[in-house]
Amino acid sequence: MLRRHVCLAVLSCTFLCTTIALAQSTLETVKSRGKLVCGVNTGLAGFATVGPDGKWHGFDVDYCRALAAAIFNDADKVEFRPLTAQARFTALQSKEIDVLSRNTTWTLSRDTSLGLNFSVILFYDGQGIMVPAKTQVKSAKNLDGATICVQSGTTTELNLADYFRRLQIKFTPVVFETIDQTYAAYDSGRCDAVTSDVSQLLAQKTTLKQPNDHVVLADVMSKEPLGPAVRHGDDQWLDMIKWVAFGLIQAEEFGVTSKNISSFTDSKDPNIRRFLGAEGGLGTMLGLSDDFMARVVRLVGNYGELFERHLQPLNLTRGVNALWTQGGMLYAPPFR
Amino acid sequence: MSPPIPFYRNVRVLAWLAQVAFALGVVGLGWLLLTTMLGNLQRQGIPISFAFLPQPAGFGISEGLPFQPSQSYLTAFGVGVVNTLRAAVAGIILATLLGIGMGVARLSSNWLLERLATLYVETFRNVPLLLWLVFIYAAIRDTLPRLREGPALLWGTVLMSNRGIALAWLQTSATYSAFQPWLLAGIGAGLGVWGWMTYYRRGAASPRRALGRSLAVCVVLWASGFLWTWLTTHLPPVVWSVPRIEGFNYQGGMVLSPEFAALLFGLVVYTASFIAEIVRAGILAVPRGQREAARALGLSDRQTFVLVIFPQALRVIIPPLINQYLNLTKNSSLAIAVGYPDLFSIGLTINNQTGQAIPFVVMIMVTYLSMSLLISWVLNMLNRRLALKTG
Repeated sequence: MLRRHVCLAVLSCTFLCTTIALAQSTLETVKSRGKLVCGVNTGLAGFATVGPDGKWHGFDVDYCRALAAAIFNDADKVEFRPLTAQARFTALQSKEIDVLSRNTTWTLSRDTSLGLNFSVILFYDGQGIMVPAKTQVKSAKNLDGATICVQSGTTTELNLADYFRRLQIKFTPVVFETIDQTYAAYDSGRCDAVTSDVSQLLAQKTTLKQPNDHVVLADVMSKEPLGPAVRHGDDQWLDMIKWVAFGLIQAEEFGVTSKNISSFTDSKDPNIRRFLGAEGGLGTMLGLSDDFMARVVRLVGNYGELFERHLQPLNLTRGVNALWTQGGMLYAPPFR
Repeated sequence: MSPPIPFYRNVRVLAWLAQVAFALGVVGLGWLLLTTMLGNLQRQGIPISFAFLPQPAGFGISEGLPFQPSQSYLTAFGVGVVNTLRAAVAGIILATLLGIGMGVARLSSNWLLERLATLYVETFRNVPLLLWLVFIYAAIRDTLPRLREGPALLWGTVLMSNRGIALAWLQTSATYSAFQPWLLAGIGAGLGVWGWMTYYRRGAASPRRALGRSLAVCVVLWASGFLWTWLTTHLPPVVWSVPRIEGFNYQGGMVLSPEFAALLFGLVVYTASFIAEIVRAGILAVPRGQREAARALGLSDRQTFVLVIFPQALRVIIPPLINQYLNLTKNSSLAIAVGYPDLFSIGLTINNQTGQAIPFVVMIMVTYLSMSLLISWVLNMLNRRLALKTG
């Protein structure tokens, strides 16, 4: 009887000890795990979709592969976790994923009260509305009393309410959990309009039954700067994801692509030598190998290649997502 | 007298010590988990606080009580609770009716009826509820005609489309505030009369007469209030409103959204299949001797069922029935899959906007717990009244 109680006590103590996780930095955890765990969208054309080969493709997906390439020299050492808009922040806060690359808008409340850190804006977007062409609606002002489909748990929901409040017109939101349900409801006529980031509207338009019967209105309801996010409390990890993202932009500025990178190994330009790791020791400062950007560009590509591969097929133009030297807003600080 | 037993061999002392140690262990584990959680949250910069509740919500809610985005998160949550209650109460009533019908049908001697009821029960019981909800919602949304192509039935008082069913319904007009005192007076007088007749003059009148008198008083007051407001202001306080299509949506009347219809339909047919089996079990549990005795007394089949079998079957039916009602209430949280703004869906949105996961979970759990406890308390009272009085 007493021996049984003692055994029980000893067992519960050992159980307790194993559940107290030792604090480890994210980079160490990822390296010891041998792969990166990346949170992505459940299915958004151009940003994160699963192809018929069972592999993930997309702009956000390729950013995670770039991180894996920088850490492990193997772009496929990533595990992708599809997350709905509702689940994404809790997954990041609870350490279920290492980085969230899920077309997430950078806002003040997310940066502070949700305990997240945003780093680089990889895609400057805005919120828009899509309506069927035959309703002859030319602007959101004509949508007084309309029913609008929207996805739950997004900045979209809030911006929609704010925009219509500013225009002083009424609307009824119908809120769904996933993207597929939202657009299926819009396509079946349940709603008069659907609202989301313009890139998402254009991407999802291609999946509707009659893509040409729908038109994205010219109204831009808000700023939606999209970029990867990590948790508070790990500066080294934040620096790493920040500089890999800047590296993608800088690679395009230098003109280094996955196809011509071998021609740059003998470059005399000190900027490119530092960037690709031939000198300067920049990678070691981040906790990675010096040639981390060479790995990224060789295995995944630069920003322009990512855009061309995933977003141009959806008829998205560079617009503000071009380099600063070409009239856009992509600007990387110096690699030195 | 035996020598005193040392405490480390005294069984009673040891048992007491073991209990104290176990209690300390449980409390210690709970304290450890709590401090770990609070420490982690503090380190990430998201301390737990309920201060977000009075902040403006910023999002709209598609149905339920009228709600503006400038109202608080707490009000939004309240609207969600009302929506859940709507679905749960309507679901419980309809599921019980359908379940009893199907349960009795399965015991019918009519071969076709019995087979159809069995088919219904086996189909709806064995597929997860979420699949049913998604399927029913997709069916409603895709097969019903679009807004302007929908049919108008019953001389234009019922309009149907995949935006919902719009019914002609009563609506309060501008003079409703003048009628409201009469409304409250009618309810108050009715309750007063009923209370007086039942408790003060106990036994002077049967419960049925007390109910009848109080209802009569209430109705008379309401009718006179209605006529008075109509005559003095030339506008009745409650008008008949017929729906029509104007602009983008239905205007007027009462609109039942396809989300609510899909949720209600899915919950009702799913839970009713379980209730049917419970009812069937209850009826089969009544000893055969009861039926034979009733037949011997000359009662007809219908009288036997209503007066002898069913009241006894109720004793076996009610406890598992309480389970099914609780299941239905909690399953209504699947409303997010069909776009109905119930309390879980609104709570998730609030969690997403404020980042306060722990307060959100606490609020949701407390709400569902209260609703479940209330339902089981009411039904347990009924159960006790029906119990066999022994001893």
